[in-house]
Amino acid sequence: MTAAPAGASTTGVSAGAFDPDRPHRLSSSVSVRPESFGALVYDFHTRRLSFLKTKPLVHVVQALEHHDDVHGALAEAGVTESDRDQYMRALAGLAQAGTITPR
Amino acid sequence: MKLVEHFTHGLTSPICLTWELTYACNLSCVHCLSSSGRRDPNELSTDEAKAVIDELQRMQVFYVNIGGGEPTVRSDFWELLDYAIAHDVGVKFSTNGVKLDKARAEQLAKTDYVDVQISLDGATAEVNDHVRGPGSFDTAIRAMENLHEAGFGQFKISVVVTRQNVDQLDDFKAIADRYGAQLRITRLRPSGRGADTWDELHPTQAQQKQLYDWLVARGEDVLTGDSFFHLSAYGQELPGLNLCGAGRVVCLIDPVGDVYACPFAIHDQFLAGNVRSEGGFQGVWQDSELFAELRGPQSGGACTKCSHYDACQGGCMAAKFFTGLPLDGPDPECVLGNGEAELAKLQMAGALEPGVIPKPSLDHSHKTTRGPRKNGGPVPLTLSVRRPDKACDSDPLAGEGRRLPAAVRVS
Repeated sequence: MTAAPAGASTTGVSAGAFDPDRPHRLSSSVSVRPESFGALVYDFHTRRLSFLKTKPLVHVVQALEHHDDVHGALAEAGVTESDRDQYMRALAGLAQAGTITPR
Repeated sequence: MKLVEHFTHGLTSPICLTWELTYACNLSCVHCLSSSGRRDPNELSTDEAKAVIDELQRMQVFYVNIGGGEPTVRSDFWELLDYAIAHDVGVKFSTNGVKLDKARAEQLAKTDYVDVQISLDGATAEVNDHVRGPGSFDTAIRAMENLHEAGFGQFKISVVVTRQNVDQLDDFKAIADRYGAQLRITRLRPSGRGADTWDELHPTQAQQKQLYDWLVARGEDVLTGDSFFHLSAYGQELPGLNLCGAGRVVCLIDPVGDVYACPFAIHDQFLAGNVRSEGGFQGVWQDSELFAELRGPQSGGACTKCSHYDACQGGCMAAKFFTGLPLDGPDPECVLGNGEAELAKLQMAGALEPGVIPKPSLDHSHKTTRGPRKNGGPVPLTLSVRRPDKACDSDPLAGEGRRLPAAVRVS
């Protein structure tokens, strides 16, 4: 099993290419399966399995396509200011892995 | 709760589902987990297999590991492969390469969401064919050449580590590099026919350390199916999931639709149900009593007192079961030697006599004897020339006492 941790443990990932001011969405090759801890994410293209470790993160990822920027999705999912950095890092990691993509 | 604890309690669907499509196989590997050889007349039909795929799609099982037997000898294999992919179920299939000619390799290279895993248990024909049978090395290499030439990309070479091939790990890596493949090495299990060859094939204690050091040095470069977590007790945890996933994140669907806790545990004790039952596969996965038990608190027995228990989690359930060790005891390959000590104790107490150690519930082995485990060539068959002692013998040769050839070439 190829497992890429995604969520709170994506520290160290460069957020260089990830621009939260732009609109994003889940990549078309990605499927999300809800689980008690959050969700499993599978990319049929890269065959990479990863984990969204919290339910709000699942909410954010699924809300992305309805917002003009990432901030809107974070607000919809009720992510608090204190958790914001952590979520941004997680999303940057997901962007780098190709799980989410600008639209 | 940590992620790994969620895994312990089970998920809504498996992460890693192995589906053995047939017990039929052209080979008779001496360590075959499923004692494969002959097709079972009760195997799932094409329509039944498609119904399982529909269900996997609904359950969002993103991909299945298809094996056997040799799955490609099923005449509907390519049809089922296309059906799965069209229904959002990616396929990784294991094969000995027998059907992967140039045309099939090109077909596969054009197919998205399919991954191919070629089994190879020796980096030389000598070591490989000793386990997998005469000619099997050449068959595997030819399949690799075909995939490489067709531009398939990164297929996988799957190696079961044995006492005989553990010194060839770098050679396997070189073969993988030569064909642009990724190396996957997994643990030998005393399951199926592997129970009969375990003592001869399983790595020694010294070799286990050698393997561990090699894995640590290689990191995520080499896939392991997370099968060596019992070695984590040497120190640093190996990459991947360090726990027994049986019934929690892993299970097996066998060719007749029976659902077992893991691919290494084809035994009534680990049988959770059948996909033909009313609730289908989902019903078995979500409601079986066996799986509920495996997802509940586990007793680690004496192992819980060991300072390495967090690392190895008591090891592999199937390896314990089929060597005669208690499930809450140490793994037979416990790196501290507790498994060997326990086995020696049981041996002394006469608890490992034949008939006491659990045997696999099913055996589809070929009824004929495989060719010699050395060079191939003619299969020496000793045919009786003595006069039959039963009056009812109606064979035209019966009683003739005719001299028959001592060796018959079997093509």
